[in-house]
Amino acid sequence: MNTINQTSRRDFMKIAAAAGGGLFLGFNWSDSTAAPVVVDAKHIAAGSVKFNSYLSIGADNSITIVSPNPEIGQGIKTAFPMVVAEELDADWKAVKTVQGNLDNTQFERQVTGGSGAVPHSWERLRKAGATARHLLIQAAASKWGVPASEITTADSKLFHKASGKSASYGEFAEAAGKLTAPADIKLKDEKAFKLIGQSVRNVDNKNIATGKPLFGLDFYREGMLFAIIQRPKAFGFKLKSIDAAAAKAMPGIVDVVTFENSVAVVGKSTWQCKKAREVLKIEYEKAADLESSEDHNRIFSNLMDNGEATVRRKNGDVEAAFKSAAKVIKAEYQCPFLPHSPLEPMNFFAHVREDGVELVGPTQTPDRARGEAAKITGLPPEKITVEITRQGGGFGRRLSADFAIEAVHVSKLVKAPVKVIWTREDDMTGGTYRPAVRYRFEAALDKNGEMIGYKLRGVGINSGNPTREDNFPSGSVANLLIDSVEHKSAITTGPWRAPITNFLAYAEQSFIDEVAEAAGKDPVEFRLALLEKAKKSPAGEVKYDVDRMIAVIKLAAEKSNWGKKKGVYQGFSVYFSHRSYVAQVGEVVVEKGKPALKNIIAAVDCGIVINKSGSLQQVRGGVVDGIGHAMFGNMTFKAGAPDQSNFNGFRLIRMNEIPEVDVHFVDNGISPTGLGEPALPPAGGAVANAFYKATKQRLRNQPFINEDAFKGIS
Amino acid sequence: MALFKLTINNRAYSADVEGDTPLLWVLRDNLGLVGTKYGCGIAQCGACTVHLDGKATRSCVLPVSAVGKAKVTTIEGLSEKGDHPVQKAWDEVDVAQCGYCQAGQIMTAAAFLKEKPKPTDEEIVGAMSGNLCRCGTYHRIREAVKVAASKTN
Repeated sequence: MNTINQTSRRDFMKIAAAAGGGLFLGFNWSDSTAAPVVVDAKHIAAGSVKFNSYLSIGADNSITIVSPNPEIGQGIKTAFPMVVAEELDADWKAVKTVQGNLDNTQFERQVTGGSGAVPHSWERLRKAGATARHLLIQAAASKWGVPASEITTADSKLFHKASGKSASYGEFAEAAGKLTAPADIKLKDEKAFKLIGQSVRNVDNKNIATGKPLFGLDFYREGMLFAIIQRPKAFGFKLKSIDAAAAKAMPGIVDVVTFENSVAVVGKSTWQCKKAREVLKIEYEKAADLESSEDHNRIFSNLMDNGEATVRRKNGDVEAAFKSAAKVIKAEYQCPFLPHSPLEPMNFFAHVREDGVELVGPTQTPDRARGEAAKITGLPPEKITVEITRQGGGFGRRLSADFAIEAVHVSKLVKAPVKVIWTREDDMTGGTYRPAVRYRFEAALDKNGEMIGYKLRGVGINSGNPTREDNFPSGSVANLLIDSVEHKSAITTGPWRAPITNFLAYAEQSFIDEVAEAAGKDPVEFRLALLEKAKKSPAGEVKYDVDRMIAVIKLAAEKSNWGKKKGVYQGFSVYFSHRSYVAQVGEVVVEKGKPALKNIIAAVDCGIVINKSGSLQQVRGGVVDGIGHAMFGNMTFKAGAPDQSNFNGFRLIRMNEIPEVDVHFVDNGISPTGLGEPALPPAGGAVANAFYKATKQRLRNQPFINEDAFKGIS
Repeated sequence: MALFKLTINNRAYSADVEGDTPLLWVLRDNLGLVGTKYGCGIAQCGACTVHLDGKATRSCVLPVSAVGKAKVTTIEGLSEKGDHPVQKAWDEVDVAQCGYCQAGQIMTAAAFLKEKPKPTDEEIVGAMSGNLCRCGTYHRIREAVKVAASKTN
């Protein structure tokens, strides 16, 4: 079994913190399979043989597959086991899937983020299934005295045709478990897949539909206390003084404790804590600028013209190209801060004891929660356990560990098991928002309408680099400059589903539409011509697959009958993100004088589709998320405090506002890439471009609902 | 604090709580019925939907003192074996992504179909638009309500 020494574990933490994705440590298959151990984990039948980190097979032919990555609605708890089961030739109906807890000795990258789990684990999962199948065949061959090559498998059974012998996997599990796994294992030909590519239902459907306790908020423990925390009401405040006498006198309240800038009301029920928090008397003092949205607009304008920019990519001679241009197009786009709004608010359970810590809850980065708990308690990480619950959405919010840190602090202070619960208001006003960004695009066209120059400047508030400098159209324009300026603010930001691209893609694809129009060219033809250039005479490095991008553009155009529908205004958008390619066509019709969004046609290349049902919904859901936030999502500030605090002020898209979403997958047999995020970025652009066709007005700011062109539509 | 006697899923329960405690938190913190979810606390999202004498009701804004003798049904009690036509349709259509809002969606749909067994598409959208799904499973929710309606009749 691999053990990770302290040095590499610290490195892991560091890299995980920096990247939130990407890979980390080596993993030795033969080590983990050479000495099978019988485990007695509560989910796995006693006497089962553990073949590797993912897979156990019982003598009763029960098959248990562990899914180590956090499930936040992306379908990993169904898709991962499908891959193992495929290579194992398991009977899917008899497979039990289990959410793995944090275990660095068994798994790497137990992270949900960056749409990275499937690309990272695809080979590992296949090998896990294939290795076990190989060992079962070897064990059967030896017992039956027949060549292993003559044994076939299907539905968790072994067959030898010539002798008529057959057996269940369970009958050979123990013998197979004693064999040594080969270092190299032959995987199935993808064309022979039987389970992968089918529509498989979410493994938790029944538990979800009957209200079983699955989520972090559903976790209760005998003797557990509840904590509701008052955090500073404005970004830029710090705690000055606290009078908790009245709160402590409220019914059910056990204690009021303070750490950093937070005041935790600890008691016997959520409601009692919430009510007691209302009578806390807290004074704050200013520790940083208390910014309002008007300040942000001023900051954007100032930095756009005068900011010291960091150059992200430069090709050719941009100034010369713009000087020689026959036409220059320039436009600015802006997006607001956004809260993540997962429907299950932040919450976390911690029990800090002298000899260890138990953590339970919804987190996209369980290892980060453990690392933070180790720092706070001074205990070594191996004394800290993290149980990963099902999560009521994540959207990037649960990549942060702030709520886990709070639970550890409070449990340590009150010396009891504690569950920290955020109200919706806490969740929405608690920060780590999608950063607000303004972009300025400039394009230079020559007399033939060819784009000879391209400039993009992104100005973001706590955004890091708000551009993706190597994405399209980079590589297709000879003279190009992409740079950015960042303003540091007390308003906290963090990754939000498809970080940066969730807004950049819309701005860029809408601007490309403006350029195509100025060039007098069809938007689809214009994009294809640029991609041909990126292929034939690339300007600098091209870091996306031009052919795959062309393929989704053509598929979306074909499936939408692009440009040929009467009375339908179509808008085009295409984006490469998280290793996948998605093109979308938005369709607007005018009803009773008002434009209405009717359809989105999506063409998706995420390589091999593992679960057809889950993938289809992932794309539909991503589109709904993308257009919903583009149309309605808005977070504004007054003197450092958010103006919106719940779903009455912050509008989420509802069923009566969705268009039909028609999804088409490219079938190219390439190893699968991420799908949790890539369908979202192009959605806003498809909508904006379609509305432009119908209204002749550009939607250059989100949310669209605040734009004059959109008034009275929704 | 006062003792409240409640009939939930045809069983008698009692809870010693303040009268202004929302039914939602009594169900979750006091009675261990955690299938009913907290999403917003202000009747905007519908995750906390239960049936009060058969009517879909937001339990997050219903003080326990106002429940009286009304019969409460939660997702745990919608059917004995999890085989209510709406629950079955939710599985058949494979509605859930994260699944957090779905208990509320199912309770809303079940109460709606009881009142309107043969709804039009517009009526379905009208009835279900009060429930938020942050994952965006609305297409499948709509389809599952239709499937459930077709199986009930």
